[in-house]
Amino acid sequence: MSTPDPQATIQSAKATREAQPRPAKAADGKRVDHAKSAKQFLNAPEHAKSHDTRVWAMRTKRDKQAHAIEEWEELRELASQIKTHTLAHLDTYLEQFADNAEANGVHVHWAKDAAEHNRIVHEIFTDHGVKSVIKSKSMLMEECGFRHYMDGVGIEIVETDLGERIQQLDGEDPSHIVVPPVHKMRSDVAQLFAEKLGSDPDNDDAHYLAGAQRDATRPLILEADAGMTGANFAVAETGGFVVCTNEGNADLSANVPNLHVASIGIEKLVPRVEDMGVFIRLLSRSALGSPITQYTSHFRAPKDGGEMHVVLVDNGRSKRLGMDKFWSSLKCIRCGACMNTCPVYRRSGGLSYGATYAGPLGLILNPSFDLHRYSNLPFASTLNGSCTNVCPVKINIHEQIFGWRQVLAEEGHLPWTKKTALTAAGKVLASPKGYRAAIKATNSALKHLPRWALYNRMNAWGEGRDMPNPPENGTFHDWYRRNRLNKSAQASNQANNQTDNGGDA
Amino acid sequence: MSNRADIIAAVRAAKPAIDAPAPTVPSYDEAYPQDQGGLAALFAERLGIMGGTWHAPTANQSVDDALREALADKLGEPLAADVVIASHVPEVTGNRKIEGNAEDLHDIDIAVLRARFGVAETGSVCFTEAELTVNAVAYLAQHLVVLLDPAEIVTNLHRAYQRHDTTTARYTVFHTGPSATADIEGVLVRGAQGVRSLTVIPAAE
Repeated sequence: MSTPDPQATIQSAKATREAQPRPAKAADGKRVDHAKSAKQFLNAPEHAKSHDTRVWAMRTKRDKQAHAIEEWEELRELASQIKTHTLAHLDTYLEQFADNAEANGVHVHWAKDAAEHNRIVHEIFTDHGVKSVIKSKSMLMEECGFRHYMDGVGIEIVETDLGERIQQLDGEDPSHIVVPPVHKMRSDVAQLFAEKLGSDPDNDDAHYLAGAQRDATRPLILEADAGMTGANFAVAETGGFVVCTNEGNADLSANVPNLHVASIGIEKLVPRVEDMGVFIRLLSRSALGSPITQYTSHFRAPKDGGEMHVVLVDNGRSKRLGMDKFWSSLKCIRCGACMNTCPVYRRSGGLSYGATYAGPLGLILNPSFDLHRYSNLPFASTLNGSCTNVCPVKINIHEQIFGWRQVLAEEGHLPWTKKTALTAAGKVLASPKGYRAAIKATNSALKHLPRWALYNRMNAWGEGRDMPNPPENGTFHDWYRRNRLNKSAQASNQANNQTDNGGDA
Repeated sequence: MSNRADIIAAVRAAKPAIDAPAPTVPSYDEAYPQDQGGLAALFAERLGIMGGTWHAPTANQSVDDALREALADKLGEPLAADVVIASHVPEVTGNRKIEGNAEDLHDIDIAVLRARFGVAETGSVCFTEAELTVNAVAYLAQHLVVLLDPAEIVTNLHRAYQRHDTTTARYTVFHTGPSATADIEGVLVRGAQGVRSLTVIPAAE
């Protein structure tokens, strides 16, 4: 029952066949080296260019949507206030949500950390004899290493979001929270699907590939024993939760099997149904630049003959709520706007962050999970503040990035080169005389030292960049002394003389 | 102590001690058309942006005929006898009932449902379990046809949530166009995991 889609494009003749870059992941207990992984990503120029273009396109579309709404800035302010209010009363709203959900016939579970989350869901599945599960995308479950856990206990998890399924089949983490395979080109997907789904390796038309995945996944959806979703929002007033997708895959996951388990971070709460108007208007416009996701789904109680479980997960959130400088990061609604606008993210690719969360939000979320492992990430920013400007809930992202740098310095997690260089710089900058001497010495060094002495492991700035040419006429201070200092002294002497003369008259 | 008590206690101890009242959310819909025709026209335009089709019946055309006309480019004209049409509206007869388990609905070509209401801002239609009967039908069918009473179109999402359908229904969903993805190199593909097309036919109830 199929006729050709009139909108279908044919395969691109100039499809690139550049191998997909695969940045190395830091071993357990080791520090993530963002700069090194980013370099590995940039070594594939076609991929790097495609990534930059596509991610920036989302930012451009976001701007168009935002500018079309007169009250956009008011909506951001309302969203920020609602989230701040909720977090300041989070205990009350969590209790209200859980009580209402239970009254609706939903089983509510509480997990302190990732391990507890995985164990609780495993128990639910064991009780119901579940062997296969269809699930929609959830960053929380990524945080929990959920799929990996389920692999270990022999329960099959099938991702139903196309992008997340691509990443699952490829054994890779998502590189973007909204578009998991945004770093891949269509030729990568064609190769992967040929291997895993038996599709034509030479056909890299996106319509063909999406169709191949649809056909391959549909039987798995129909036969699954249970469905899982995350949640974008949980409404205290109703005890219900809201899931936004473009594919309708959360609705399939939740509505086809009779057992629905939803994993929800405790920061997802909003107080009232009416708050949802603000957030739904902001979410997809900020994320992809579309007015709304194709599907906005509100689950409040199980369907006839169905069973619904909610697992509320803390996993470090209550700890972050207690951090003066960082609690407001819990306002995040996971739209990805900060990633799309970030020059560092666009040019380094999400996998180079080696963490669940990439981009600016990753810089401020990951260190609270493991300060040492992610101690390089707060430096993967130019502090330009663009992330803060586009954030729909007004998190001061760039200030928090700077805040984490301070924490890292205070707690002794700075890498050795940064620490040594910054300590020396601190001493030099504190003394005007020392500063002038250092500048002179540097300029002289730049003029006279051979390349190998200037460009080495100690000079991270000089990797991929040339040092500036020292000015011909010495430092600014030299120039000032020559051209202004003496002249202004002369001028003021003259002025004094004139006054004296006037006094003579 | 239970996990619930532990987590609530941890949150209570950690929550920021700030005075942050909940704001009042305005409706922001003064600039919208006030008449039914104007709202319907805006709805149709916004639906189109999201990949849906607005298909108004011509004078004296039945809803059933309008449906066949709307899907001719996708399923051929006339519709073959083996096209499975599952209808939950009296205006369209269909040849399959929407009942049983979700997996029994896997071979439906066209599902026909009536929307509870529409949202002009986004071109969304709203369903609850009452309109869907079996929730999964709206995702397993290949094509979805929706009857919408033009009198039941609200201006924007603020108004949609003021209706409080989600407070009483077990499942409430806004559909805005068909299932879509742009996960492969940003190319927009309709019919990702759910329906391949969504057609809205205006029809008073």
